[in-house]
Amino acid sequence: MRLENKVALVTGGTSGIGEAVAELFAREGAKVAITGRNEARGHAVMARILEAGGKTIFLRTDVRKAAECQRAVDETLRSFGRLDILFNNAGVFFPQTALECSEEEWDLQIDINLKGTFLMSKYALGPMIVQGGGVIINNSSGWGIVGGDKAVAYCASKGGVVLLTKAMAVDHGRQGIRVNCICPGDVDTPMLPEDARMRGLDWKTYLKGCENRPLGRIGTVDEIAKAVLFLASDDSSFMTGAALVVDGGGTAD
Amino acid sequence: MPLSGKVALITGAASGIGRATALLFARQGAAVAVADLNTDAGQRVVDQITKSGGRAFFEGIDVTRAADCQRLVERAVREFGRIDILFNNAGIIRRATVLDLSEDDWDRVMAVNVKSIYLLSREVIPHMQRGGAGTIINTASGWGLTGGAKAAVYCASKGAVVLLTKAMAIDHGPQKIRVNCICPGDTDTGMLREEARQLGEETGRFLAESAKRPLGRVGMPDEIAQAALYLASDASSFVTGTALVVDGGGLAGSV
Repeated sequence: MRLENKVALVTGGTSGIGEAVAELFAREGAKVAITGRNEARGHAVMARILEAGGKTIFLRTDVRKAAECQRAVDETLRSFGRLDILFNNAGVFFPQTALECSEEEWDLQIDINLKGTFLMSKYALGPMIVQGGGVIINNSSGWGIVGGDKAVAYCASKGGVVLLTKAMAVDHGRQGIRVNCICPGDVDTPMLPEDARMRGLDWKTYLKGCENRPLGRIGTVDEIAKAVLFLASDDSSFMTGAALVVDGGGTAD
Repeated sequence: MPLSGKVALITGAASGIGRATALLFARQGAAVAVADLNTDAGQRVVDQITKSGGRAFFEGIDVTRAADCQRLVERAVREFGRIDILFNNAGIIRRATVLDLSEDDWDRVMAVNVKSIYLLSREVIPHMQRGGAGTIINTASGWGLTGGAKAAVYCASKGAVVLLTKAMAIDHGPQKIRVNCICPGDTDTGMLREEARQLGEETGRFLAESAKRPLGRVGMPDEIAQAALYLASDASSFVTGTALVVDGGGLAGSV
């Protein structure tokens, strides 16, 4: 097991990539604190991990709120004694041009996707520095590297995550903390059919568009989780400030 | 083991990153074709693998010669029956501006660092297509993404490796062949010391300068090998056309 004796905190851990990462981390021996806004889903993920013999807690958290981020870190430390890995994964997406995006929708996407990453990192870094090391992995996107249609606030937030990652890597490398991000392409999460619905596209047509990449298919949440595991484990000990693109070749051209 | 039953072909495998990767892939279950110009050191890598119960052979080749590349691939298929992983790692460096660089040196660096990838890939890909899948990993460099002083041809060659990687990923993705590259930062290899020699700098001071990056040290060959393992294994099954930067934060920004 590659994460034995490690403690991980996964935001947005109640569905999609976050859920897959929480379960994989637990299978690899880590104790996992899961945050999310949906209590029912959080308890369902927690129950599955416990049933498989893992150790986990669910912490209802809105990553837009500093006090709740601080509490999530404190509760993780109280339950498991330390914090080695933070996966900033909570994210939302609305398909909108600048003309269509309301100020409230702009704030929501920037605050969850980008400010939430800042706030969680801010409170997790302290205990990591005291311990002498740690790993932060941020969930960016292929659309944090290239632009996409009708995605102004999402692209801005994810581009921000890539450079926030690099800036934190520069600041905290000497304290033994590695900070990297992943840039997934389209993946089989609930976010994908939700995007199709919001764009008013038929699922089959929409999916065909998503599959139009060198590997000819969308990714699975497990494939993204394995990239996160690589960045969380000592196998990536010389990696920091990097953006790991996991997109079936979608941004190769 | 993540590479059980797999066959890997590694160039520049007698020393440094290539050697560390050959040893790691063998430990993870792969049969390894060890290719290098340096026969003695290459044979020692094979001896080390076979002594620990792994499977490997050494083939002395010049990666810039099409006939040598063909011979290597034919032997790998003859002895191991298939090729799943190609690690194009052979590389050389010349630390010079374009004014100080001879045409011969330009041609040699481009041939070893770039043309070899083309020569070997065109031999290996048909076998991967027959096998139904494959993964190609190329060693690029941090200096394939950004410029460096007195490294004109090296930067040109490694920039070419990054984009050759992406172009091949697009061409061969539909055949389930993934193509990625690694961009290592300064790593504790013979090449790093060779750079100090070429620049006429004292080795200790050069290495101390190389360590100036967020993690405050140079990389170890094993750490680059672990990145190659991630790209070679099914753990990266949705990864293609990417440049994996493994550089202790060197490119993230100034410390």
